[in-house]
Amino acid sequence: MDPSFILIQTLNGVQYGLLLFLIASGLTLIFGIMHIINLAHGALYMVGAYLAFWLTGYTGNLFLAIVLALPLAVALGIAIERFLIQRLYERDHLDQVLLTFGLILVFDALQSIFWGNDVHGVAVPALLSGSIALTDNLNYPVYRLFISAICLAIALGMYVLIQRTRLGMIIRGGASNREMVSALGINIRWVYTLVFAVGAALAAFAGMIAAPVSSVYPGMGSTILIICFVVVVIGGLGSVKGAFLGALMVGLVYTWGTVLVPQFAGAVVYALMAAVLLWKPRGLFA
Amino acid sequence: MTEPILRTESLTRRFGGLVAVNDVTFTVEAREVHAIIGPNGAGKSTMVNLLSGHLVPSSGRVIFKGRDITGMSANRVSRIGIGRSFQRTNIFPSFSCLENCQLAAQSRLGHSFRFFRRASSYRRVVALAEKGLEMCGLSHQAHTRASAMSYGEQRQLEIGMVLATNPEFLVLDEPMAGMGREESHHVVELLRELGTEYPLVLVEHDMDAVFSIAHRLTVMVNGEVIASGPLDSVRQDPAVQEAYLGDGEEDA
Amino acid sequence: MHSVSRPIQILLVLLSALLLLYPLFGEALAGNAYDYWLQKMTTVMILAILAVSLDLLVGVAGMVSIAHAAFFGLAGYTVVLVAPEWEPGNLWILLPAALVIAALASLVMGLLIIRTSGIFFIMATIAFSQMIYYIFHDSDFAGGSDGAYLFSTPETMVMGRSLLDLGDRLTLFYVTLISLLLIYLLLRIVLRAPFGRVLIGIRENEQRVRALGYNPSFYKLSAFVIGGTIAGFAGVLSAIQYQYIDPSQVNWHLSAEVLVMVILGGLGSLYGPILGAFAFEGLHYTFSSFTRHWQLPMGIVVIVMVLMLPRGIAGGLEWLSERLGRRFEAPAPSARKPTEEHRAAEQHND
Repeated sequence: MDPSFILIQTLNGVQYGLLLFLIASGLTLIFGIMHIINLAHGALYMVGAYLAFWLTGYTGNLFLAIVLALPLAVALGIAIERFLIQRLYERDHLDQVLLTFGLILVFDALQSIFWGNDVHGVAVPALLSGSIALTDNLNYPVYRLFISAICLAIALGMYVLIQRTRLGMIIRGGASNREMVSALGINIRWVYTLVFAVGAALAAFAGMIAAPVSSVYPGMGSTILIICFVVVVIGGLGSVKGAFLGALMVGLVYTWGTVLVPQFAGAVVYALMAAVLLWKPRGLFA
Repeated sequence: MTEPILRTESLTRRFGGLVAVNDVTFTVEAREVHAIIGPNGAGKSTMVNLLSGHLVPSSGRVIFKGRDITGMSANRVSRIGIGRSFQRTNIFPSFSCLENCQLAAQSRLGHSFRFFRRASSYRRVVALAEKGLEMCGLSHQAHTRASAMSYGEQRQLEIGMVLATNPEFLVLDEPMAGMGREESHHVVELLRELGTEYPLVLVEHDMDAVFSIAHRLTVMVNGEVIASGPLDSVRQDPAVQEAYLGDGEEDA
Repeated sequence: MHSVSRPIQILLVLLSALLLLYPLFGEALAGNAYDYWLQKMTTVMILAILAVSLDLLVGVAGMVSIAHAAFFGLAGYTVVLVAPEWEPGNLWILLPAALVIAALASLVMGLLIIRTSGIFFIMATIAFSQMIYYIFHDSDFAGGSDGAYLFSTPETMVMGRSLLDLGDRLTLFYVTLISLLLIYLLLRIVLRAPFGRVLIGIRENEQRVRALGYNPSFYKLSAFVIGGTIAGFAGVLSAIQYQYIDPSQVNWHLSAEVLVMVILGGLGSLYGPILGAFAFEGLHYTFSSFTRHWQLPMGIVVIVMVLMLPRGIAGGLEWLSERLGRRFEAPAPSARKPTEEHRAAEQHND
């Protein structure tokens, strides 16, 4: 195993982790602020990927497709929150699990109806399709670096938003004290809709930019959902910082797992989760 | 001179920067009603939780019957004989009154990994449950669903459940919370009777009740004990009057 | 959930009798499809066993587990993997082995997560069961995603003679039916026993249960293991029925479907989930018969059910049973002050 191989796998792991962070951050915020367990979050990732595939087919340009698809994803998130999720706030977790599972069934069926069961690919945009030389004899795809860069930028933006703005303060306040936030005259319902819509948009966006790298196939939503659960469990419910670290850990462990123990790559991530839970039963930053 | 059945030594509990209970030392005799009073935020509820094992002290000790029980978990504290009732009614709403007390009494079976005989066939358990129900005056409601009863009756059940665990020591957290005059009267009489049989620590805001049944008083303000002793002397302690009792009762 | 009302008891006995007697009138009813329906009902009853054991966890003890299928599938895999490659296996070895594996797996998983609660617990159950899924799916030792076959149905030899021919559809039907009834009755007994009471208490008010002197974790863990082992039993039956196992049997989707059956039937009622399994499969069959995309109407049914019918079929039955009960009772004396007309009418009726 030479240094360039190690570098490539590590970069891949980081890139995968950063992508996971986009999805998991929404999931953990929805848990932490709204106390809702949303099994359909992965389906939103899938919706993003399929929208990207479909619109790229139409327009020939992934970027354009993303620009068109993003508002659709936001609208979908708002619609789901307004019509369905809002009715779950006073209900117990069991009801939330079931309703969002029902949503998964609906989304999976719709995906199959509209786009069939084949695996689809999405072309990397020409602009980013080259490789960049990292060292003398090592090339790394530009597009993967692009993904990492975008995710990092968003992560930074989230940090600034949550820690440094009034909106972020309200969000953090809503996490610990619903009544207090309402008493301040801020409509907590709108905060929830916003958080959910942003979470949905992030998940969909992740699906869109990942499409050229991960392909587009049925069941991709459920697969990514479970991995994001692991990220959130490791990081601690409601902690964006935890989601970030957890995502990086999972990304690296999974990527290196596929290389070192290909037969158990999937299982290794869960072993990581078990180890973290044994040490810190509520996650790293609960 | 008999050894107090319970005593605390410099009991302290911090929550981050807040010191909810600070260096509290007091004793409870084997046959007394000992009331803990104080304004809101004085740390009384924290004290109750410390005594019943729901909170672990940051420092200090709790000694029960000569045994150090500091840091013991809530279920173990219950098993060694300290029964605790809750300020906010904490019953099993879908069970009948008798079933509520039965579940309480059942805990004295040692373990409930019993899968085959009906719970109601354990005669010792049922007897204990019925006794608890009788003592709190709800025998006539034995088969009524707990959720269907009035608030006052539910508060009685709250105490009945604790009694059904055959305790040796009672810690009651605002048993009269939210009660009107009529209902309070019943409970006061109940507490008076209980005080003759069990050592009783009572946290209450209802001063009439406290003054009519307590033997000794501990007054807490801001997490600290400002006075502790026989009822009359504490009542007349100027520091207590100033800090808490004021020129009369502020709330009934 | 505490006790089943008389009308519902009667209904359940009737339904059981119908199932028991199905083979007698089944051929007349279904003709050529008799055999198909026999198999189908065996499958549904296996799912019903899964559902009723999940109800113990979710409905009685309040632990929302989405790992149930993991124990079901693990037991099935044990049967297929332990059985000899080219000859029938011995049920008296395979069954205990599978149950032990299911029990151990639920014990280990339980030990790791029983002290968590709420969302955390739910997610941990999904995650751990997916770990098991990936172990079977990605590796070769059990056929990977292709699954593995059982050479033939296990033998049940007692003193040199075969006790039951599990390969015979009718035999398997009755074995499954009797198992389902026995398991249901057993769980009913457990519910009325001290152990069951503690579990019910834990779901209603875990804090109080602890304050009364119990350690809830012990009881929850026990319920988890009991439920997991019964799920394993269902897994053995399923492996015998299909003589095949694949990773889809340990997938969390299956666990979620069983959870739907539990809610559809009525959480905590024990008999409800059995009805729920029949209802779910009935819907599945109906939807599949006019569209490939049965998940769409099914998903909508689930959503509507959560929003509109939280108490499921059992809730509906109990409501009906109450109405019926009131019909046959004399009106309580203080219920209503009779008006002049009523008094006159009553006098006429005497």
